[in-house]
Amino acid sequence: MDECSLYDTVIVTRSRSPHHAGVVNEPTSRAQGVNPLCGDRVRLSVRAGHDGIEDLRHETRGCAICIAATDLMAEVVTGRTRTDALELGQRFTDMLESQSPPGEVADDADMPEVLRAFLPLKTHRSRLRCATLPWTALGEALNHD
Amino acid sequence: MSASDTDVLSQADLSHLRAQFPILSQTVHGKPLVFLDSAASAQKPDVVIDGMAEMMRTQYANIHRGLHWMSERSTEAYEAARTRVAEFLGAAAREEIVFTRNSTEAINLVAYSYGSLLRPGQAVLISEMEHHANLVPWQMLRDRIGIELRVAPITDDGDLDLDAYGALLADGKVGLVAITHMSNVLGTVTPAERLVAMAHEAGARILLDGSQAVVHRRVNVQDLKADFYTFTGHKLYGPTGIGVLWARRELLDAMPPFMGGGDMISSVTFEKSVWAPVPAKFEAGTPAIVEAVGLGIAIDWVESIGFDAIGAHEAALTKHALRVLPEVPGLSVVGKPRERGGVVSFTMDDVHPHDIATLLDRNGIAVRAGHHCAEPLMRRLGLTATARASFAAYTTEHEIDVLAETLRRIRQFFV
Repeated sequence: MDECSLYDTVIVTRSRSPHHAGVVNEPTSRAQGVNPLCGDRVRLSVRAGHDGIEDLRHETRGCAICIAATDLMAEVVTGRTRTDALELGQRFTDMLESQSPPGEVADDADMPEVLRAFLPLKTHRSRLRCATLPWTALGEALNHD
Repeated sequence: MSASDTDVLSQADLSHLRAQFPILSQTVHGKPLVFLDSAASAQKPDVVIDGMAEMMRTQYANIHRGLHWMSERSTEAYEAARTRVAEFLGAAAREEIVFTRNSTEAINLVAYSYGSLLRPGQAVLISEMEHHANLVPWQMLRDRIGIELRVAPITDDGDLDLDAYGALLADGKVGLVAITHMSNVLGTVTPAERLVAMAHEAGARILLDGSQAVVHRRVNVQDLKADFYTFTGHKLYGPTGIGVLWARRELLDAMPPFMGGGDMISSVTFEKSVWAPVPAKFEAGTPAIVEAVGLGIAIDWVESIGFDAIGAHEAALTKHALRVLPEVPGLSVVGKPRERGGVVSFTMDDVHPHDIATLLDRNGIAVRAGHHCAEPLMRRLGLTATARASFAAYTTEHEIDVLAETLRRIRQFFV
């Protein structure tokens, strides 16, 4: 079978055994992202303090891409300031939505390596939203806490 | 082809039939295309593709209003397609065939036009397994004129619950029943004759959404005793942009127009307009001329093979799929209706339907995944999405085996 580079080991592993599933204690905000086209649903609970995001957990119902994207997002934004996290989300979305092919994406030295696993989505554009949905939900959570 | 002589498609017949569909020899991601998404839209045979191109090359003009040779030829071809559709459905008269853009538009036409004759206090009865196309127009009608919208439940197997259907009709308030003739998700073929009889006994008219059904079986609207029947051309090996509403003449006569414009009037002054007789009353503006002709050709093509042969072939494919797919570890087929057309929805433990569809696509296999425009049905089934394989006259058993084998490997990959 052609497994397709989209289903990178980290994506398959994280989708099967997410590290950040659940609900945080004493959340400062919650948000939900839904993709009505496919029924994917991401529920986030966030605890943020003066120094930024202290903990983020998720309850995700969706495909492997969506679950892995949410879990890896939780991993890379924990410890970041709100501004930094939102800016990373924008760069991640820009990376996937830019028209340049996966091999020619402008090098973003600050892009966490695990997020680069989603680059093959550029050739599966109907699935882009699966990876950006948690970041949309994060924006909701951080802008309304 | 002589398949209709024997009522089954031999391997030779099938090879010959497939050779008429140029797209089937394409490769996708370097793999031979295995097209199992015909319930969404079927592929087109050469005769349809060539016939439409030939019309545009040699005999095309606007219809009905031109006084020149080209317009007359186009009008004849367009109206011949109407006659062809009337024969195909067993309509009492060709005037009972209204061309629309698709089945969705046909249902919207009935909801808007016949719906305007319903009164608050009356109800429209649909079922739990309707496509959004046979649900949303009725919600819009409910909100516009204050009718009640009732929903007949299905059983856990995916059949319509006839006792509940009867109970919902019992108070005589249902003015119109609108129910699918075959579910696009479960493949359930509904007992149309019985539904019609029960609706009529309760004083209701009935619309059957035949979008899936007409592809797989001979439909005779007079035998069914239905009041409205809709289908779309592109699922029947024809082009997109052309659909059909059949309705009894007296109903069409009594219904107000759906859209206003050219071709649907007999006289116009600034004070008032007088509607043209049916079917022109419902065909405002320049219609899909070439597409209607393409649909006529598609019907000729289907009938040259014959529904006995197509039905037997698809029944064998479905039986084969229902044998080999459940053998894939973790796979569950959705629904177990008493009678199933060539549609099999399934889920697989630990693998989301969208991941299944993407990985199948990488192997050249086209299936549908999602809620199939039937969200309330998905909720009833306790699912958010399924993967769906659907079969057509050109589908082979080998393709279903390739699907099953690839699903087996997808499952191994994820677990």
